Amino acid sequence: MPFKRYVEIGRVALVNYGKEYGRLVVIVDVIDQNRALVDAPDMVRGQMNFKRLSLTDIKIDIPRVPKKKTLIDAMEAADVKNKWENSSWGRKLIVQKRRASLNDFDRFKVMLAKIKRGGAIRQELAKLKKQSA
Amino acid sequence: MAPKKVRTASRNPCLIPGIGKFSRSKMYHKRGIWAIKAKHGGSFPKHDPKPAPAATAAVKPTKFYPADDVKMPIPNRRKPKPTKLRASITPGTVLILLAGRFMGKRVVFLKQLPSGLLLVTGPFKVNGVPLRRVNQAYVIATSTKVDISGVNTDKFDDKYFTKEKKKKTIKGEGEFFENEKEETKALPQDKKDDQKYVDTPLIKAIEAVQDLKAYLGARFSLRSGMKPHELVF
Repeated sequence: MPFKRYVEIGRVALVNYGKEYGRLVVIVDVIDQNRALVDAPDMVRGQMNFKRLSLTDIKIDIPRVPKKKTLIDAMEAADVKNKWENSSWGRKLIVQKRRASLNDFDRFKVMLAKIKRGGAIRQELAKLKKQSA
Repeated sequence: MAPKKVRTASRNPCLIPGIGKFSRSKMYHKRGIWAIKAKHGGSFPKHDPKPAPAATAAVKPTKFYPADDVKMPIPNRRKPKPTKLRASITPGTVLILLAGRFMGKRVVFLKQLPSGLLLVTGPFKVNGVPLRRVNQAYVIATSTKVDISGVNTDKFDDKYFTKEKKKKTIKGEGEFFENEKEETKALPQDKKDDQKYVDTPLIKAIEAVQDLKAYLGARFSLRSGMKPHELVF
């Protein structure tokens, strides 16, 4: 199987380990075989080991090591935020965050909603079974 | 004129602890004692000496002195204060009881009593928990709050909850079993009235929020996959 997502300048990656866990960053330069120079609009540009990054499908068009302003403009032009939030990976992360932040009362309401939904589904199923019988 | 601020620091800066910058005569001048004396006609104003207390009746020397010196215990001046209430527990918070007969029940917090224990109620009609005292350590505070403004809890304190003293009767062997049957007493009517008095405005506030009544009626339990240290309450 050939690789589809390559480490290149402009590749958007998700940090999966360390202090910046969960942040979306852009690879702006490659330092050596193991490390990349990485930047994000609200972060000081710094080095990161590739092992700490998970590459995404999103790529933006930037020169090598752009100024912060250029980076931000390129990210706006490529609409990285919306692309990420609409991708299935991005949506899953948002749902995980929401579920983790539910308080006890919210979890109770979710339980009631699940029971109600299950009941509605079973009713429809019973109706369809009766029709086909 | 703006109100004058009272001077708090000494006029004599400390060079080294114990040694000030200015001498006694300089300090006399700086404090303005000369000006105060001049204002009061040459001498520093002072209070009239207190009249000497009337001579107390002569105490007769005691005939008996103990052989050894007896140590006087130091008087205990501690005044116990109620336990510090966790910041997450405010009147109206829904608490989860963790131990005892009502473990797992979700309950409404009313106020902290002077002993430090928390006064809590089900409400009784919703989940069977009466007005009760509960220790803060056996409780999880959730972030759900109920509007408690309609409830007056002033008359409840620790004395309200103490057990009534049983009168001791000398029992014969035959009467032993009969007395055992009398142990269970019905709840006095005024306690039932107090429960209703506290609960009616609470239940109104609870029914105003969607699903809150069912929530308070259900018990809390850990399911598979729930990690208490990761749960947000």
